[in-house]
Amino acid sequence: MSNPISDATGMIPLPSDGQSKLSKVMETLVRTILPVVLALLTSVVVLIVIGKDPWFFYSEVFRYGVMGNGWQQTIRLMAPLLLYSAGLIVVFRGKLWNLGYDAQYLLGSVVVAGFSPMLIEVMPLWAAFTVSLIMGTAAGAAWTLLPAALKARYGTNEIITTLMMSFIGIGISNMLVRGPFQNPDIHVPQTRVLPVADMFPQIPGTRIHIGIIISVVVVLIIHLLLTRTSFGLRLDVFGSSPKTALHVGINSPQMILILFILSGALIGLAASVDMLGYQGNLRANINPGYGAAVLPFVFLGRLNILTTIPFVAFYCILDTGGRLASLDSGLDTHFLMIVIALILVFMSVIEYFGVKKDLGQSYLPPGLRRAVTGLFDRGARA
Amino acid sequence: MNARSAAATHSNTPVVSMRHVGKVFPGVIANDDITLDIRPGRVHCLLGENGAGKSTLISILAGMQQPDTGWIEIDGQKVNISSPRSAMDYGIGVVYQHSTLISTMTVLENLMLGVTGGAFLNRESARSRLTEISAMLGVEIDPDAEAADLALGQQQQVEIAKAMWKGSRVLILDEPTSMLAPQAIADLDASVERLTKDGIAVIFITHKLREAYSMGDEVSVLRRGRLVASIDAETLEGLSEEKFTNAVLAAMFGDDISAIGDRNDVELLSGAKVATKVRTKSSRSDEKLVLHLEDVTTPSTPTEFGVSNVSLKLRAGEVVGVAGIDGHGQSALAEVVAGQVRATSGSVFLDGDDVTKLGVRARQELGLRYVTDDRLHEGIVADLSVALNLLLKQIGKLPYWKRGQISKPDVDAEATRLVEAFEIRTPSIHARAGALSGGNIQKLLLARELSHQPTVVVFNKPTYGLDLKTVNRVRKIVKDFAEQGGAVLLISTDLDELVELSDRVAIISRGRLVGEVENNSPDTARQVGEFMVGSAHSEGNHV
Repeated sequence: MSNPISDATGMIPLPSDGQSKLSKVMETLVRTILPVVLALLTSVVVLIVIGKDPWFFYSEVFRYGVMGNGWQQTIRLMAPLLLYSAGLIVVFRGKLWNLGYDAQYLLGSVVVAGFSPMLIEVMPLWAAFTVSLIMGTAAGAAWTLLPAALKARYGTNEIITTLMMSFIGIGISNMLVRGPFQNPDIHVPQTRVLPVADMFPQIPGTRIHIGIIISVVVVLIIHLLLTRTSFGLRLDVFGSSPKTALHVGINSPQMILILFILSGALIGLAASVDMLGYQGNLRANINPGYGAAVLPFVFLGRLNILTTIPFVAFYCILDTGGRLASLDSGLDTHFLMIVIALILVFMSVIEYFGVKKDLGQSYLPPGLRRAVTGLFDRGARA
Repeated sequence: MNARSAAATHSNTPVVSMRHVGKVFPGVIANDDITLDIRPGRVHCLLGENGAGKSTLISILAGMQQPDTGWIEIDGQKVNISSPRSAMDYGIGVVYQHSTLISTMTVLENLMLGVTGGAFLNRESARSRLTEISAMLGVEIDPDAEAADLALGQQQQVEIAKAMWKGSRVLILDEPTSMLAPQAIADLDASVERLTKDGIAVIFITHKLREAYSMGDEVSVLRRGRLVASIDAETLEGLSEEKFTNAVLAAMFGDDISAIGDRNDVELLSGAKVATKVRTKSSRSDEKLVLHLEDVTTPSTPTEFGVSNVSLKLRAGEVVGVAGIDGHGQSALAEVVAGQVRATSGSVFLDGDDVTKLGVRARQELGLRYVTDDRLHEGIVADLSVALNLLLKQIGKLPYWKRGQISKPDVDAEATRLVEAFEIRTPSIHARAGALSGGNIQKLLLARELSHQPTVVVFNKPTYGLDLKTVNRVRKIVKDFAEQGGAVLLISTDLDELVELSDRVAIISRGRLVGEVENNSPDTARQVGEFMVGSAHSEGNHV
């Protein structure tokens, strides 16, 4: 490609590959970090406008999220969120959009919260943990089966089916909490509370439960599966173009089923780990909303598990520190979701410019550009 | 036969002038400082290889792209053609290479699309406008025929009518002749002549020299985005065809001409000579039957025909060409053979075994290969490396993958071997496949499909949009494969290509094989053309 012109046989604009390594690294950094920076800066402006001290707020976030015992809380939260991210990444890499994560998570939670107190009474603790984890994982996976089958068989839009299944699943989990799994001793709709002694042991010298170890091991295995195996390559081919997948001879219906089941399973496992390690019981009408929280970060991490880890860590600091910081600053705890939403907005804007740059197109939409340049043309003539 | 005599009667003032027009895409200078005058009543031929910048120039005139540098003048006034609509308002009409007609609508409905002059459709005024234009073109167009029922030549007349609907002063024809049979080309020529007599300027884009010579009044040659030669009317008048060919070939290819092939190859490829069969060794009818379709039917989509009741036999060492208008079931035929589409009825046999129920992968393992026409979106994964794309169909197989893990040395060695054998120009085997040029992507696909013991290969438009050097190479590859005993199903929309390579040419129309011509006489192109017209007539007369 020393002389691109002599080699040009099509007018297809391609991303220029002639960039230096350094500028590529810079571009990646800009595309991933800049949205976060801009979102934080904008949130500072918002805080000033509503009369809060941004410096106080963010130093409190840091104090509660990292300093003292804060880092332990942060790592504790990372355990389910890493698994959750992996669950989303697996299916998103295949360009399949599993948006039923809330139900898959809650069903995993409710199954573990409901059955583990009974299991603990009839079997040794380690066996009860194992069975609970399997049950929670299976519950999450099971809830993807119908959308996956519909997609594989009829090509039904999975965004709609998973969302609809999510409403049903959330309803079922609430029914279970109020019905068969209701703690008989109290009137509040919630499941029995697992005694601390019957929950995951903590890593000696810390208050971090062993769920983080399970999480890291599973997530690394999934990462190797996606990046180092023939399955991962087939998944990438399938994700880049279903047409190519068909041409190459990849069994697309089977791929769709595997991806959905794997995604639901990982999200169910995330729920089980959090239930056995930290929550201990489930109340009705509670939805931690982890899915919406990690969603922007899996995209910022370019659907790569390793690069997503720092983002998840960042979110966990923001979450653990931010809840207390909001209280101290007199803010609503939903302020954090505004920061997340801002990240999404800036990510979209920067992606738009990035894609335009790759295609070598003008950054302005053609209509707007013509309107703007037309203005100057007329001005020049007048 | 040419419009040259008519040219003299019209004024010499250009109707459209392009001045220093330039357009750059990342990595490609598509147009570089092009200055051209288009005069009324003349046919201006634009010659050049694929990728020389003809299409970009046209899309600038048609308002689809804006020039980065330079400007366009109409009647001496600097204008800004900001959209296809404004191009139409300036009287510039374009007939594109691909049909823009909607096949399920009638001619009249197609013509009324997009040229709305109010909230309600006015059939009567549309009908009279069509009669007007038909008279100008000297053709008869049935306004109530369905577009799908028209033969290619007729479809093109409708496209011309559509381009001229609002009163055209400049008519651009983008490679209108590649699938046209000789008699349809003559009809087109006659229509063009009538238009130029009325003072309309015609820009005729082609890569066939003999058409440029017979139809053009003025000729411009593009190469690598630059205008490298222009021949004005007087000079062209005085040139013999041989001198013209020499001059244009020199301009089109410069010093690269020897790299393309020998003189005979170049003249065939550039359409300076009428195509003839180049294969000497033909298969005999007692060779083994390798591919056999029996009464195969596939579902149609709203935009493309499936195949219906297609039966076809292909023997070892044989090349069977499939001619037809784009979208008439060619892709369905290729895909049902490859296993990408399931037959709703009928059977597919490979080496005598029924493979109708087998999937893509199983058929690949039996030696069946498919070189797709959608190279960029179906053939490769643009973001994967050249090496992985070369072994895309071996994922998970020994020796390239061992226990699910890629074996990098084996993959790299095989990729390096294929890159060398097929002369794929790539900075490295680890470069993104999407960054390769169209010709090299096609070589990559050929390398992949022709390795690992193929016995039957379906080529779908294998040279479409490629530079002539690669075209020549691809045709040689097809020829060599057949001579080594491989069976080839060659689907093409280039009649010359089919004539050069096929033993037999089957004609597909509306998803059916409507005829077959033995390619053993100089008359093949005409015979194929008759089937294409005939089939459309016999089915189109129901209106």
